[in-house]
Amino acid sequence: MNSTETKPSVAPAAADQDERIQRVSFWKKALNRPELGALAGAVLVLAFFIAASSGTGMFTPAGIINFLEVAAQLGIIATAAALLMIGGEFDLSIGSMIGLAGILIAIPAVEYGWPLWAAILLAFACAGLVGWINGNLVNKTGLPSFIVTLGFLFILRGLAIGTSRLLTGRTQVGGVQDHIPGDWFAALFSGEVATGLFSWMAANGWMATNFAGNPTVTGIPVSIVWWLGLTAVATWVLLCTPYGNWIFASGGDANAARNSGVPVHRVKISLFMFTAFSATIFACIQVMDTGSADTIRGLLKELEAIIAVVIGGALLTGGYGSAIGAALGALIFGMVQMGIFYTGVNTDWFQVFLGVMLLVAVLFNNYMRKKAMEAK
Amino acid sequence: MTTRTPMIEMRSVSKHFGSVIALSDISMQVYSGEVMCLLGDNGAGKSTLIKTLSGVHQPTHGEMLLDGKPARFKSPAYALDAGIATVFQDLAMVPLMSITRNFFMGREPTVGWGPLKRIDWKYADRVAKEEMSKIGIDVRDPSQPVGTLSGGERQCVAIARAVYFGAKVLILDEPTSALGVKQASVVLRYIAKARADGLAVIFITHNVHHAYPVADAFTLLSRGGSLGSFRKEEVSREEVLNMMAGGAELESLDAELAEFQREDKAKKASLADQDTQPADASSTELSSPRTANGY
Repeated sequence: MNSTETKPSVAPAAADQDERIQRVSFWKKALNRPELGALAGAVLVLAFFIAASSGTGMFTPAGIINFLEVAAQLGIIATAAALLMIGGEFDLSIGSMIGLAGILIAIPAVEYGWPLWAAILLAFACAGLVGWINGNLVNKTGLPSFIVTLGFLFILRGLAIGTSRLLTGRTQVGGVQDHIPGDWFAALFSGEVATGLFSWMAANGWMATNFAGNPTVTGIPVSIVWWLGLTAVATWVLLCTPYGNWIFASGGDANAARNSGVPVHRVKISLFMFTAFSATIFACIQVMDTGSADTIRGLLKELEAIIAVVIGGALLTGGYGSAIGAALGALIFGMVQMGIFYTGVNTDWFQVFLGVMLLVAVLFNNYMRKKAMEAK
Repeated sequence: MTTRTPMIEMRSVSKHFGSVIALSDISMQVYSGEVMCLLGDNGAGKSTLIKTLSGVHQPTHGEMLLDGKPARFKSPAYALDAGIATVFQDLAMVPLMSITRNFFMGREPTVGWGPLKRIDWKYADRVAKEEMSKIGIDVRDPSQPVGTLSGGERQCVAIARAVYFGAKVLILDEPTSALGVKQASVVLRYIAKARADGLAVIFITHNVHHAYPVADAFTLLSRGGSLGSFRKEEVSREEVLNMMAGGAELESLDAELAEFQREDKAKKASLADQDTQPADASSTELSSPRTANGY
């Protein structure tokens, strides 16, 4: 056996050391998790606003649902953006896809009398096609996804505005809410869940009620369920499935992945399709919620998603990151946006905070990655 | 030679990249339980050859036979499935991923079925640890990133992975060039073990002390062409050394010599104030390759 002469630093009696190694590696593992920074940030922001917004109602059930809903909408697209970024690519067309998907749902349903489920399926089909084209263009041309999807940022936005004006003469389409009742598929994207639980809690006096005796929060908005569900599924995929391993490999080193037999192209196309689908889910929820579609919806959402993902610990260069981190990034985003509103600070400052947060997150991530590579 | 079927055989394989002829008319047979050592200078086509064997490139002309049957690999995945495992010079490792994730990259062991199909991490970690300890690296924690390993350790992960999955043919592209003496000997022992296990091994190196002890046959490449294959019995260590240095086979090195001649001229021109003389062709022919290669 030649193990003793070649192993670099471990003493031969490795078995005796396992206890000590176990303890060290617990901390190392904790520090090496990409979402650590986001978790610390979320706790910090939470503590700050608990202190700063006391008495403003931010942390009443209604207030919590409020900022969770903001976080959830962003979180839905951030989850997909996180997987894509771990896979080594960006999608700047998410925001425009939201606008286009909204139009694709509203116009057939309102103007042409399609059932809502068919209109939603149409939007998903178009989203899939957009994602497929994005992925193929990136794969075939070898161009940075930044450029390819920047092109689609304008193409999709222009398509949304052009189509809408051509078919309806307007850029806003209202009246979708009339079509929601009775549509089984639309129900997936509208309303609240666990309403019975909240009524029951109110009836038992565990939750404040309004003047009419209804609970202040009637249920959990469906967007929050989508957010948590997608985050859970994405985390499962990343950590537990071969496909997750392929995502890490494709983003970490596409060439190495290909040489090891990973179908890098297929992985990337599917990830681009997933970001387009997530934009469509976002659009569905928004259209059902407001009852209307607007071609300008989703503006800058692609950048907000990237910010949430980076705050969540993902590396811009790919191969590293987590879906839970992206969820925490979205949570920070929601808390700050609503917290600034509740504490009465001029909302102009929100963007300043956002920018600073992004820079701090990137610096921290960079530092942590170096640490992770040093740890021997 | 023998009448056995070669495990892998190339029949007049050529590879063109646009107008560049990277490989021309290469024929080679490698048998199970043997080590074929590929020799040749930089740019001789060694890397293109193994990339063609491993499915990264597809041959422009000619055919490859795996165990006597024609084989054509659309991508490395197909070559891997056919039992050809390659350790590339860049090792095909992702530094930010764990040892286990790298080890099973592209061929993850799974448990469960349907949507609950998942990587069997317990099994994967155990195998990675076992395979690494077989090659003499004691991995403390298979979930540590590969980037934290030293160059030699990474090499060992790559080879252990290739051997674990490469059922029939193992291709190693300069596996010992970045290693210290001890780790190189570990790798060589591993090659010998793979040969004893009945694998066909293709081994590329610049180091004759690494090549000669483990090789059964040598193939010499030069400028995209093959200068022939030799059994170990037919050549001495010195002859191999000569071949690697590119000093022999003068008739086929004419083009190369012309290049040396030009270099010589340029050197002379820059060295002295003397007029440049037309270099004596015959003397340059004999001395240049040797001096150019350092002895």
